[in-house]
Amino acid sequence: MSGLSFIAPKTVEEAVRALAAGDGLTKCLAGGTDLLVQLRSGRARPEVIVDMKRIPGLIGISEREDRFIIGAATPGAMISECGPLCRAWPGITEAVDLIGSQQIQGRASLGGNLCNASPAADSVPAVIAARATCVVVGPEGRREVPVEAIVTGPGQTSLRKGELILEFHVPKPRPHQADAYLRFIPRTEMDIAVVGCAVNVTLGDKGVCRDARVVLGAVAPTAVIVTEAAEALVGHWLDEETLGRLDAAARRASKPITDKRGTIEYRIKVAGVLARRAAAIAFKRAGEC
Amino acid sequence: MSKIHVSTVINDDPVEYLCEPQQSLLDVLRDELNLTGSKEGCGSGDCGACTVIVDGRIVCSCLMLGAEAEGRKITTVEGIATGDKLHPVQQKFLEHAALQCGFCTPGFIVAAKALLDENPNPSEEEARYWLAGNLCRCTGYDKIVRAVLDAAEVMRAEAAE
Repeated sequence: MSGLSFIAPKTVEEAVRALAAGDGLTKCLAGGTDLLVQLRSGRARPEVIVDMKRIPGLIGISEREDRFIIGAATPGAMISECGPLCRAWPGITEAVDLIGSQQIQGRASLGGNLCNASPAADSVPAVIAARATCVVVGPEGRREVPVEAIVTGPGQTSLRKGELILEFHVPKPRPHQADAYLRFIPRTEMDIAVVGCAVNVTLGDKGVCRDARVVLGAVAPTAVIVTEAAEALVGHWLDEETLGRLDAAARRASKPITDKRGTIEYRIKVAGVLARRAAAIAFKRAGEC
Repeated sequence: MSKIHVSTVINDDPVEYLCEPQQSLLDVLRDELNLTGSKEGCGSGDCGACTVIVDGRIVCSCLMLGAEAEGRKITTVEGIATGDKLHPVQQKFLEHAALQCGFCTPGFIVAAKALLDENPNPSEEEARYWLAGNLCRCTGYDKIVRAVLDAAEVMRAEAAE
């Protein structure tokens, strides 16, 4: 472990410089709930750890007319306490709240959940379903990218050397737009998703769906946007026939692995069931707002 | 590698220490500051035996670097009692015999105290969910939950006086 250094920069520029310096591995530290476990097990052997939390804007939630801006290192507990965000996107805030215990909620963040790049990350399908973007800063400046462009595989991201995620921009819901996130675990608390499913819908006249995004987690190397599932919803009420097509589309998009939490067959089946249930909640919420 | 100098506040006392970059807050508490109340159960954030309060929120001190504590305000189980007077949560853990081996107890005490600071009247379900990040392999949890709910009642009565 010798040779590790720790830096807690107070500006973005300083953080980018620290992340870009040297040839060795540099790691961003947000809540540390994944990174410290990896340090301890030896799975991650960084030369430099850069603590994000003293950079202005990395912790906190602000509101603009058309969007919420969530600092990338904002802990889950703070997200759950943000009334306007909970009312606008209950699917996102419920997804965040599912991550770990109260202790984990005191530290774990959206930026960390995304960049740890676990296929089973709970917050990721919900923020992708809301068409959120990330503001990424690095040596070459600032870029805004869709959340789905960040994770490229288990433990892998598209972030380049020296880059960090500053904040998430989540558009505010339009009238009759709402979301839901459900995950299945073998018990009621403190486990990792067997399958996660986020559904985000906008309803038009008489409750007909006019826009939708369906995103599955834990059934592929990254979260999957299921275009076919969204197409099954758009132009329809949520009747039994629509639900059947949604279920089939979610199952077809699932390419899971077998592990101790579930087999391939089981995960595929559950993906369809969760898509049905999440859609029912999202439609109900959208009809009420 | 040079050590990192940290100034922080632990149990209302200003504290300064030197730590290695990779040292967890739990290691610092136990090995550098002799605050051995916080226990290491799993070292991976699953068991909650190392729970401390940092700036008002409970965290696993095994999942926080000692270096991150700069300028923070930390409460450990050693800071829960007031002098010789036990906190109601501690008193009720004794009365309900809400422990056997006792290894998980400091984490439960800290987490339960934080719960009751935030929610003076939790339902049993709320208490059980809040404490889901604290594992106990002896008691079966029931006595712990009774102790916490009983402590809540005592604290509400004290607050009403």
